[in-house]
Amino acid sequence: MFRFIIKRLLEAIPTLLALVTLSFFLMHFAPGSPFTSERGVPAAVMANLQAKYHMNESLMNQYFYYLWDLLHGNLGYSFRFTDFTINQLVAQSFPVSAEIGFWSFLVAITFGVLCGVFAALRQNSWLDYAVMSFANVGMVLPNFVIAPLCILFFSIQHHWLPAGGWNGGAWPFLIMPVIAMSTSYIAQIARITRGSMIETMHSNFIRTARAKGLPKSRIIIRHALRPAMLPVVSYLGPAFVGIVTGSVVVDQFFGTGGIGQHFVNGAINRDYSMVMGITILIGTLTILFNAIVDILYVFIDPKIRY
Amino acid sequence: MMTSKDKVAAVEQFAEKVVEVEGRSLWQDARRRFFTNKAAVASLIILVIIAALSIFGPLLSQWNYADIDWTALSDISVLGRPNIASGHYFGTDPLGRDIFVRTMQGGQISLMVGILGSFVAVVIGTFYGATSGYLGGRVDSLMMRFLEILNSFPFMFFVIILMTVFGRNILLIFIAIGAVSWLDMARIVRGQTLSLKNKEYIEAAYAGGVSTPKIIARHIVPNVLGVVIVYATLLVPNMILLESFISFLGLGVQEPMTSWGALISEGAPNMEVAVWQMAWPLGFLVVTLFCFNFLGDGLRDALDPKDR
Repeated sequence: MFRFIIKRLLEAIPTLLALVTLSFFLMHFAPGSPFTSERGVPAAVMANLQAKYHMNESLMNQYFYYLWDLLHGNLGYSFRFTDFTINQLVAQSFPVSAEIGFWSFLVAITFGVLCGVFAALRQNSWLDYAVMSFANVGMVLPNFVIAPLCILFFSIQHHWLPAGGWNGGAWPFLIMPVIAMSTSYIAQIARITRGSMIETMHSNFIRTARAKGLPKSRIIIRHALRPAMLPVVSYLGPAFVGIVTGSVVVDQFFGTGGIGQHFVNGAINRDYSMVMGITILIGTLTILFNAIVDILYVFIDPKIRY
Repeated sequence: MMTSKDKVAAVEQFAEKVVEVEGRSLWQDARRRFFTNKAAVASLIILVIIAALSIFGPLLSQWNYADIDWTALSDISVLGRPNIASGHYFGTDPLGRDIFVRTMQGGQISLMVGILGSFVAVVIGTFYGATSGYLGGRVDSLMMRFLEILNSFPFMFFVIILMTVFGRNILLIFIAIGAVSWLDMARIVRGQTLSLKNKEYIEAAYAGGVSTPKIIARHIVPNVLGVVIVYATLLVPNMILLESFISFLGLGVQEPMTSWGALISEGAPNMEVAVWQMAWPLGFLVVTLFCFNFLGDGLRDALDPKDR
């Protein structure tokens, strides 16, 4: 088991290197530079600026500079917010995104699995139809529609919740971002759980358990739930990136100041180091999360041998 | 052995009367099953209507998608209301442009991105998956390894970087979105190919000296088409959502052209005073996505050979 975990984590390294390389060269072949502006800068100033960011050296050298810094956990300076390092900006904004993401994931898994299991156990009842129609609606409503609808309903019409801001993550400020972020995940997870639960309940070992005369609750909790969770677990890996892209939307509407805003602004302003830093951070987390999901999978599925 | 002549004649006579029983192909069977599924057929009809409306709808209006109605511009929340008399059937946007025509024009873009994006994904994914599955062995494990590496990339970020690097270009949106979505397709096709490749007709083709590329293109790919079609249909709504997200970020199509996602994100801030600016494009988007989902489910039920 231990060897499998080590091997799985080591496999992530080439992926990560490919990610860094690809995003570095893509960003640098882009036309225009972060210093192009409508008002030209004197040549001497430009030269100084370029020297400061190693931009007067060859691309290969820049690449190795970047890798070297990266190995020391240093993501470099922002080209736009010149007083900050990327590390500082990330340290400021990432906890916000992480907290919203954590609660959204928790809410999504809890409600998604519950809805899916109940729909599967009462297949073709009104409950099933209610869950499935909710899931269908949740899947087609983009989160940038849910967010303003939430504000309209909770803040403007009923004055129940603050329309935006973060306030150190106090819970009234958390509710709407979490709703906007988790709805589509609840829908997806409910659909997946329902499908796999129905399939599991028809399998042979459940029939055996029932023939033994086990109570239904025990059959579901001890025997059916674990194999039925497998597709949900493998869905969580790819879903993780969605939490970050969801953060872009949430930041825009609720002004929470998460990492999404920095990424989009960085991309639009050609803030190379910002975009690269966030891409690498998210890439690392995604790769790590995929590895964790794979390891979890082995724990849950007795059929997989490592 | 002797057979009496009249018996033979009787058999011949009987044979003439028997109508030849026609075999049903998989596709005929699937079509029959598909058309008994009311939700799927209704979805198909609605989608055709939406597509036709998107293409021909602008001809029904006196406005162009870029025209600004200067008379409505003075007070959008009153004069920009949906109104048959003023010619703005769905109202106007904050710049006095007609929402009806813009929704139709946005529909063209959204549907095109959805369909062409899935097409790109399907073409790449099918051939990659079929090749990998058919060749097997070391090539297969290498190709699958490559797929795994790509799979753990945060691709949404790459699409955003691509859009910023190469500028806003519709063609690029198709390619970028399609190129990042073929991974699942390749995996599904590979799985299908693995079960197909030991079938007798493949063996026969191989024994007959058919070259490997030809076996893949002529014998494997047509036989995985059922799964591919189902998956492609379910891919289209995802593509449309992805495009609308990119448009929401302001990286989508170039103004004055628009797409449903761009219209929704423009309308969202004004929804207290001018709800029609968001409601119409949102309605079209949601109905389209719904229909594609139902259509995909219907096709899956129709084409799934396990479910006879």
